[in-house]
Amino acid sequence: MKKTPLNEIHYELGAKMTDFGGWDMPIEYSGIIEEHHAVRNACGLFDVSHMGEIKISGDNALEAVQRLITNDAARLSVGDILYSPMCRENGGIIDDLLVYRTGEESFLLVVNASNQIKDFNWIENNLLEGAVAEDLSDNYAMVAVQGPESKKLLKNITDLPLDDLAYYHFFTGKVADKEVILSRTGYTGELGYEIYFNPSDANHIWHKIMEAGKEYDLKPAGLGARDTLRLEKMFCLYGNDIDETTHPLEAGLGWTVQYNKDNFIGQKAICKFHDHGFERRLVGFKITGRGIARHDYEVFAKGEKIGSVTSGTHSPSLGKSIGLAYVKKEFAKTGAEIEIKIRNRMVAAEVVLKPFV
Amino acid sequence: MSTKEGLFYSEDHEWVKKEGKIVVIGISDHAQSELGDVVFAELPEVDEEFDQFDNIGVLESVKAVSDIFTPLSGKIIEINEELLNAPEKINESPFDEGWLIKLEMSDESELDTLMDSEQYKAFIEGE
Repeated sequence: MKKTPLNEIHYELGAKMTDFGGWDMPIEYSGIIEEHHAVRNACGLFDVSHMGEIKISGDNALEAVQRLITNDAARLSVGDILYSPMCRENGGIIDDLLVYRTGEESFLLVVNASNQIKDFNWIENNLLEGAVAEDLSDNYAMVAVQGPESKKLLKNITDLPLDDLAYYHFFTGKVADKEVILSRTGYTGELGYEIYFNPSDANHIWHKIMEAGKEYDLKPAGLGARDTLRLEKMFCLYGNDIDETTHPLEAGLGWTVQYNKDNFIGQKAICKFHDHGFERRLVGFKITGRGIARHDYEVFAKGEKIGSVTSGTHSPSLGKSIGLAYVKKEFAKTGAEIEIKIRNRMVAAEVVLKPFV
Repeated sequence: MSTKEGLFYSEDHEWVKKEGKIVVIGISDHAQSELGDVVFAELPEVDEEFDQFDNIGVLESVKAVSDIFTPLSGKIIEINEELLNAPEKINESPFDEGWLIKLEMSDESELDTLMDSEQYKAFIEGE
């Protein structure tokens, strides 16, 4: 199994570890619910070094990126970030990623760990002339500091003007005396930052953040809390809610598709879905009966199967059972009554279209 | 991780406390720790009858679903209703307030197939 440079620290902290897409990653330290509340109410520190980083540069880098993603990278100034799916010709989502504009003709794509090799091959095979792709995943370690206290905490270990850093923007500079990329991004829906740095600085940066975090009740947080936090905000998880069999429109990612830009891969197919409609839609649901829905559980309405669950969990913030599911489009309405089959029992649930928290 | 003296244990990490013909059944401290925060408990109905090692319910943590197996045959005479609204008691007090069910044994000799606390301690260390 692959290990991040912080692997030993996780074991020292007594984390429960799991195989996450081939990486030995912490699932929880003190407990998912406690870590979840720490991020919502104070702050949490996540090791997300498993994420992949792919650099695209060269005279034609902007055009090359534009061809690969559905969102519009031309809108980015240096220092800006955007979220975008990367699709196949048929509109199927290869990955969802962040695009950092690091120079006029230089971009850093941050991709899901489980897709890193697939993405890099796809990018190389579909790269326009005049652009070069490099897989820099081994050059970066990454942590996320997330929660309402994250800014105050980081001000103790950086002189970067964090008050001037808007959502989805980044700085390069020093944190704990080490060179980093620091962006105001995250997967929790809270004020938060993601920090990229040389793997050899990982232990130093982790300890400095933990030390500075003492007075802010910082807790190390694992992938378990990361999942409950993102699900409460209805952020898609690749491999659960989106994959190559889903397209951005049915996944509720229509806002990331810029139809007016020049030819991008998947444009024709997605335009067709846009103009002629599609069958199903990803929706949130809260369970009104008793039980917890899990990935692949079937969804029914009036005795007829209308879809399936893609993510489900207990929401620590609400104390309720929530999830995401693809359902037939006519049920994608706030308050629509559905049922979820949990171990041969039909359990009542209700469609929710806005983030749960 | 603690085990408790005077109880019987199964390889599925249930504990059994004998009170005459009746046994109280729960999950061990080790099991609750492995499971993580328990957020949902599905327990059998009173009067249901089960054979040894039958699946009698489910405990769910935030991340995972895990079956409960009865370590002994018999009839359910009481379930811990508290757990339906406060499943976290299983984490907080696995050997006491977090008990799951009371069962009237149909075959007391099955107790001989279970481990005592020393054997169980060795069992979880070897796992």
